[in-house]
Amino acid sequence: MTATAPATPSAAAAPPADSAPAARGIRRPWTEHGLTFTAPFLLMYALFLLWPVVLGLKMSLGDDNITGSGGEFVGFDNYAEALTDPGMWDALWNTVWFTVLSTVPLVLCGLVFALLAHGLRFVDWLWRLSWFAPFLLPSGIVGLLWLWIIYPAEFGFADQLLATFGLEPGIGWLSDERYAMLSIVGTTVWWTVGFNFLLYLAALQSIPQHLYEAAELDGATAWQRLRHVTLPMLRRTTLVVVVLQLLASLKVFDQIYIMTQGGPDDATRPILLYVYQEGFTGYRIGYASAVSYIFFALIVLVSLVQLRLARRSREENSR
Amino acid sequence: MSATTDQAVSATTKTLAAAAPVAGRRPRWTRGRIAMLALASVLALVWVLPLLYALATSLKPMGEEVETPLTWIGSTLTLDAYDKVWAAGDIPRWMFNTAYISVMTTLLTVVLCAMAAYGFARTDFKGRKVLYGLVLAGIMVPPQVLMAPLFAEMTALGLVDTYWGVILPQVAVPAMVFILVKFFEGVPRELEEAAFCDGAGRWRVFWTIVMPLSRPVLAAVAIFTFISTWNNFLWPFLVTTDPNGMTLPVGLVNVQSTYGVRYSQVMASLVIAGLPLLIVFALFQRQIVRGVAHTGLAGQ
Repeated sequence: MTATAPATPSAAAAPPADSAPAARGIRRPWTEHGLTFTAPFLLMYALFLLWPVVLGLKMSLGDDNITGSGGEFVGFDNYAEALTDPGMWDALWNTVWFTVLSTVPLVLCGLVFALLAHGLRFVDWLWRLSWFAPFLLPSGIVGLLWLWIIYPAEFGFADQLLATFGLEPGIGWLSDERYAMLSIVGTTVWWTVGFNFLLYLAALQSIPQHLYEAAELDGATAWQRLRHVTLPMLRRTTLVVVVLQLLASLKVFDQIYIMTQGGPDDATRPILLYVYQEGFTGYRIGYASAVSYIFFALIVLVSLVQLRLARRSREENSR
Repeated sequence: MSATTDQAVSATTKTLAAAAPVAGRRPRWTRGRIAMLALASVLALVWVLPLLYALATSLKPMGEEVETPLTWIGSTLTLDAYDKVWAAGDIPRWMFNTAYISVMTTLLTVVLCAMAAYGFARTDFKGRKVLYGLVLAGIMVPPQVLMAPLFAEMTALGLVDTYWGVILPQVAVPAMVFILVKFFEGVPRELEEAAFCDGAGRWRVFWTIVMPLSRPVLAAVAIFTFISTWNNFLWPFLVTTDPNGMTLPVGLVNVQSTYGVRYSQVMASLVIAGLPLLIVFALFQRQIVRGVAHTGLAGQ
C-alpha cells in the first residue's frame, strides 16, 4: 500500500504517452497474468453452470433417477411427452399469466414511488425505508406473513379489514381459483417492488439538472417537465427494469410453494414447481429436465428479444 | 361517482407532474406537493402496515393472536413468543447458518467476479474473447432450470447437506462479471501504468489501485448478492435435508409444514430475521442508491 501510494499522484503529473511505451518495452504488463485473474471464476463457472447445462441436456434424453445415473437413453421421448402433457402447458400458462399480471404493477409502482420520493425532497429516508424494507425479507417469511394476513378465515387481518369497510369477508383469498393468483401477485408486488423503485430512484438522481433548468427557462410547467424531460430520460431504465422483472417473474417459485403449493386445483402452479414435483417428489428426473429445457428456451427467447430492443434503442439514440 | 373518479385521476396526474424536480432548492409547499405528500404517505402506510401487524402479533400473549375481533395490542405486551422461539434452539442455529453462508457467498462472489472482470477488461491472453463470450452467454441461464442436474452433481460430489453445497453453485455470476467489466473499462489506464513504472506487479495494482477505486460499485454488487443469498429459498431448500444445516427461510417453512404454525412465534422469528438487514439498509441507504447508479443497472 505504502509503496504504490506515491504512484497515484505521479500518474496525473507524468504524461501517459511517455510512461506507457517505456513500461511495455521493459515488461508488457498488460499481457501478464490474464489467465490467473480469470481462472478461479472460470473453474466455478465450468463446474456449476456449464457442466450442469450439459448434464441436464443428457438427463433430459434419458429416464434417469434422482442421482443422475443408471438411466437409459430414450432420445426425445421426454420432450414429446412434455409437449403433449396438459399439466406442462397449464404450468407454462400459469407462469406466463403470473408474469404478465405482476410485471405491469411492479414496473408502474416502482416508477410512481420513485417519482414521489424524488419529487418530494422531504423525509427521503422514510420513503426509501418503507418501500424497500419488504425486499429485505426472506421469501419464506414473506409467504408466512401474508398467509397470516389473508388466509385465516374470519380472524385474518384482511377479512377483518373487509368487514370494517362493510364488505363481505370470507372470500377465498387462496382457496378460490379466481382470487388465488391475484393474492400471490399482490404479495409479490408488496415484496419486490422495492428493487425497481431503487433502480428508478438511481436513474432519476442521475438526470442532469441543467435539462430541468433549461425547460424551466422555456416556461415548461411541472407536467411538461415530467412528460418531456423526465420520462424520456427514463426510457433506457424502463427497458432494463422491464426485462429484469420479466426474467424474475418467470422464475416464480418460493411464495407459491409456501402459500398455495400450486393449488387450488393447480391453478397457481408455475413451471418451476411442476419441475420440482416431477423431478424431486415424482423421481422422474429425465422428464423434469426436459420440462426445464422447454422453459429455458422461453427464457432465451425473452433475452434475445431484449437484446434486439436494446440494440434498436441504442441506434435511435446515436442518430 | 364518475366526478370523484375524474378528480382522483386529475389529482394523481398533477401529483406525478409535480414530481419533476427543480434544480437544487427544496420546492415550496404548493397544493400539488401536498397532494403528493398525501399519496406517498398512504402508499407508505400500505407497505408498512403488514410489517407493523407482524410486530404487533409477535408481542401478543400465546393464543390471543387468533382471537376476534382483531386488536393491535393484546391484553399485555409480552416477549413470550421471542423467548419460545429462542429457546427452541433451531432459530439461532439457522440464523448462524444463513449468516455464514451469506457472508462466504458474498465474499467469494465479489472477489471471483472482480478478478475475472479485471482479467477480461484489462489483460490480453489467448482465447480471451471466446471465453468472455461464453461467460456472457451464461447471463441467459437461470440457475433454477439447472436444479435437477445441479442436484445430481452435488450428490456425486458428496456436497449435499454441507455449507459448500449451498455456497459454491451461487458464486459464479456472469451478470456480475459483465457489470464489473463495463466499470473497469471506464477506469483510466494511466493510473495503472504509472504504478507499473514504479515496479508494482499486476496483483498489487489490482488490490491497491483498481479495487479501492471501484468501492461504490463493489459495495452495491456485494449488498445485492448478500440480500439475495440471505433470502434464497429454492436451492438451499433442495440441497439441505438435515435440520441442523438449514438456512432460516428453509427452516421456518419446514417447521411450519411439519408442526403447524404458532403465529405469534412465526411473527417473532420474522422480526428477528428481518431486523439485521433492515438495520444495515437503514444505515447505508444513501450509499446503496448511489451504488446502484454506479452499476449502470439503472440504464444511465
